[in-house]
Parts: sequence; C-alpha cells; structure tokens
Amino acid sequence: MKVGLVCPYTWDVPGGVQAHVHDLATALIALGHDVSVITPADDDAPLPPYVVSAGRAVPVPYNGSVARLAFGVLSLGRVRRWLREGSFDVVHVHEPAAPSLSLLATWAADVPIIATFHTSVSRSRAMAAAYSILQTALEKISGRIAVSEAARRTLVEHLGGDAVLIPNGVQVSNFATARPLPDWPGDGGAIGFLGRIDEPRKGFPLLLEAFQLMAEQRPGLRLLVAGPGDADDVHKLLPAELRSRVRVLGLVSDAEKARMLRSVDLFVAPNTGGESFGIVLLEAMAAQTPVLASDLDAFRVVLDDGEAGALFATGDAVALAEAAGALLDDRDRRARLAASGARRALDYDWSTVARDIIRVYETVAHSSVRAATLPYQGR
Amino acid sequence: MPWWFWLLVAFVVVASYVGATSNRLDRLHARLDAAQAALDAQLVRRSAVTLEIAASGLLDPATSVLLASAAHEARASSGDGREMGESELTGALRAAFTDPDVAATLAADPSGIELLHELDAAVTKVPLARRFYNDAVRATLAVRRHRVVRWLRLAGRVPPPRFFEMDDEPAAGVSVK
Repeated sequence: MKVGLVCPYTWDVPGGVQAHVHDLATALIALGHDVSVITPADDDAPLPPYVVSAGRAVPVPYNGSVARLAFGVLSLGRVRRWLREGSFDVVHVHEPAAPSLSLLATWAADVPIIATFHTSVSRSRAMAAAYSILQTALEKISGRIAVSEAARRTLVEHLGGDAVLIPNGVQVSNFATARPLPDWPGDGGAIGFLGRIDEPRKGFPLLLEAFQLMAEQRPGLRLLVAGPGDADDVHKLLPAELRSRVRVLGLVSDAEKARMLRSVDLFVAPNTGGESFGIVLLEAMAAQTPVLASDLDAFRVVLDDGEAGALFATGDAVALAEAAGALLDDRDRRARLAASGARRALDYDWSTVARDIIRVYETVAHSSVRAATLPYQGR
Repeated sequence: MPWWFWLLVAFVVVASYVGATSNRLDRLHARLDAAQAALDAQLVRRSAVTLEIAASGLLDPATSVLLASAAHEARASSGDGREMGESELTGALRAAFTDPDVAATLAADPSGIELLHELDAAVTKVPLARRFYNDAVRATLAVRRHRVVRWLRLAGRVPPPRFFEMDDEPAAGVSVK
C-alpha cells in the first residue's frame, strides 16, 4: 500500500509526535509498505531516505507556548507537489488541528485521509477559536484515531465526532537487547526512576521518601534516576550519607534510556496523577525489568490489574517502601513479573500497533475504491 | 455608489456562501457513500468467512450449525432488521469462541489458520468501519441542519442518513498473534 505520513512538527526536534511518526514509518516499511513522510525540517538536517522536507518551520506562539510550525503558501505548494508525486492510497496526518502541515495536507488531499490525534488538553483556547474553520477541513477525514482515552475525550469535547483508540507503540526489541550500565544493578539492590524530577505529579519526592525509609535496613540499596533535572537539586533533598547512593543521569537519549531500564532490579513509577497512558511502564516491561507502579487507572490497565506488574496505593510512601522491599527480597516473584510484563509489552509492540493501523487504512482505502466502482445507489 | 451596486455585492457574497456550503455537503455525501460501502463490505466479509468456517468441517457440528445459521441470518437481514441480525452474529461468534479450543482447533489446520486470520481481520474491521460511518453521518447531519441548507433545500431529495447501531464487540478468542 502507498502511504503518505504527515508530521506537523520539525523532524529534528525531539517530541512525542515526531517519534510516533518515525516509529510508525519504520514499522510500515518493515511490513513491506511504500512510505513517504513529509515534515518541516531545517535545511541541513540529515533526513532518512523516506522523509521529504517541506522547508523550515517558524517558531510562533500557539496554544500557550512557542511551537515550530510550517504554514503559508510555500508550504501548501510543497504539500501539493508531494501529494501529486506520491499518488498515495491513503494519507495519514498527525495532529491535524494544529496550524501546520497536517492541516494543509487535509485541505489539499483528494485521497482517503486518516488522522491521529495525540494531544489531550482539558481546554484549548486555540481549538475553540478556530472551531468553525477547522470543521470544514476536518470533515474530509475518513477515519480518526486517538492514541489515548484522554486524547479521544479531548477530540469529542472540542471537535465532536468519535475516534478509534490505537495506543502508542513501543519498539520492544530495542529495550530487550540493551546492555546494563557498568557496575549496575550490583548486589545490594537497585531501583530505577524515569521522568521529570521537578514535576510533583511524576511522584519523585514520594520515591525519595520511600527510599529513605528503606535505606536504613538495606545498606547496599541504590537509586538510578533519569530525566530532565539536576543532580545537585536531587542531592539537596537527601541527607548527606545517602547522596552517594543516588545516581542522577539527567536527560538521556533513547539508547541510554534502554540501558538505564536494564540496569535496575525494580522500576518504580510513583506518579500521583495526570497520566493518560504510561508508555514508561511499557518501556520498562519491554526491558524485562519488573515494575512497581501507583494504582492509577491508566497504570492498572497497562499492568493488567497487577498481573504484569505490582501496584501500590497512589501517594502512599510507606506502602511504596513496603511493596518495593518485598519485591527486592523475592527474586522469584521479580522474575515472574518481568516475564509476564515482557509478554504484555508485546501487545504494544510497534509491529502489533502498525497492524492495527493498517486495518484502519484498509477500511477506508478499500471503501473509496468500492465507491468509485459501484454505480450510484440512493440511500 | 448606486444602490444596485450594493445589491450586486450582496448577491455575490450570498451566492458564493451558498456555493461553498453546497460543495461541502456534496463532499460529505461522497464520504458518507464511501463509508457506507466500507461498512457493508466488512459486514458481508465477516458473515462470509463465518459461513466458510462453519462449512469447513473443522469444528464440532453444534458450533458449526450455530455459526452457519447466525451468519446466514446476518447476511439475509436488511433494512431495519440488519442491525439486529448483525448484532446476533457478533453474539454467536463471541459464544462460539469463548472456548479457547475452538480457535486452537482452527489454528492447528493449515486452511483453518487462514480462515482464523481472515475472521480476526473481519471482526476488528467491522467496529472501525462502523465508527467511521457513524462519524460521517454525524458530520453530514450537522451540515444539513444549517438554515441555509434547509431553506434552499441544498440536500435535494436525499433522505437524511441514519446511524448504524449494533453490538460489534469482537470475540476475544478470535485474536491471533
């Protein structure tokens, strides 16, 4: 099948949507499909062979922050040419409500259009203001996908209509084969955390509290932390004697992230709320590391109600310390959780997710062929 | 400016608005046609592959008869009865595949595994096609409710589209990796 993917944000700036488009394109190509991606990119940015640049994106204020977007006559011209030269069976746009390439492609395409909605926001002023303009373009979309229940709710509330739910994928093999960091996990037990240190909802302070409770009885226990944030800020929160037992990696690349997840005996997700999906859990599970997470609804779903990972009462540091301690003492249970977690992660592997997305393509691409060859029938 | 100039301007503005709205409605009707054809195709495909599985002789006679009659009823139903007929096929498939042995029996046979893959694709595509169809219905109805469309009868004599409501929760046992 000839598939055209449209990424609205600059390719070389890391972001969730860009990563999604990249992984989807790779998975589709691996399945033998003919894929072309159009995206804004800087002139000298190295691009994979299947990516076409629509030119530089301009930083503009949009929806409360500064986003790098591509719009205007020049971009529209490039999108039109890409559509003409690609003669796609289906065009798959991402985040079509953002004023960038996806919206232009939706406007210009005359083949079946699939759209994936990524954002979940409680109120978007931008969407509300542009509602009637967007509506005309979005009416052309034949099938809508939301990556999470929260994204689906956002879509239903702001734009009306409905979407099918297909979650983000995980590249399981990348995580399963990563090498642990030298000298980790060690003999005294190691716990891992991944996420913003300075965002309370990610629950890092809670984990530090639990770590201090456990550290007395476990002199060898160490904590490995990855995510944007400064080591000094973390160490300030700890008594001096514990500082050497907490290692902060800071912001890590994807490869380092996989290695970090393989370097610990137990991965902890102490989030206190606001998670719509929990891709981090899946990454840890793909790395065959047992997971202990707060019992938020989203986590409960991903962990199959405790079958594929352990749960503790959200926001309770004592419960976290007890559950983590019990797991660290029970090698067999950790091994069982790691195995069932790894099996569960396969349900979210990109190959599985891509198959679901291809079914959506087939549903709409097929329909336009049918509609064109059938004689007109009154409804 | 003479009065007729302003009249002309007003006329052009109104005419282009009506033209654009009419265009928009046409496009929606085309999308609706395509979505309806897709839904019909997926439903027919689902009953066809169910019938083939029932006739394959791989399953026990009771399950085969249950599936064959449900598939036949679904395919034969039309108009108002179709939502009911197709929902009953969904129920029959769910009941038949509750026992994991049914899928395992099919998977063990070279032609059975092909049928199982086809059924898996069909039962997951029906909900997709139905959601996309209902979404097209909603978008079309929203535009048809505009005053301009109603007063000028831009929708012509095309009757308003109807939502298609059915039970399409796929049978879990059908899913193959």
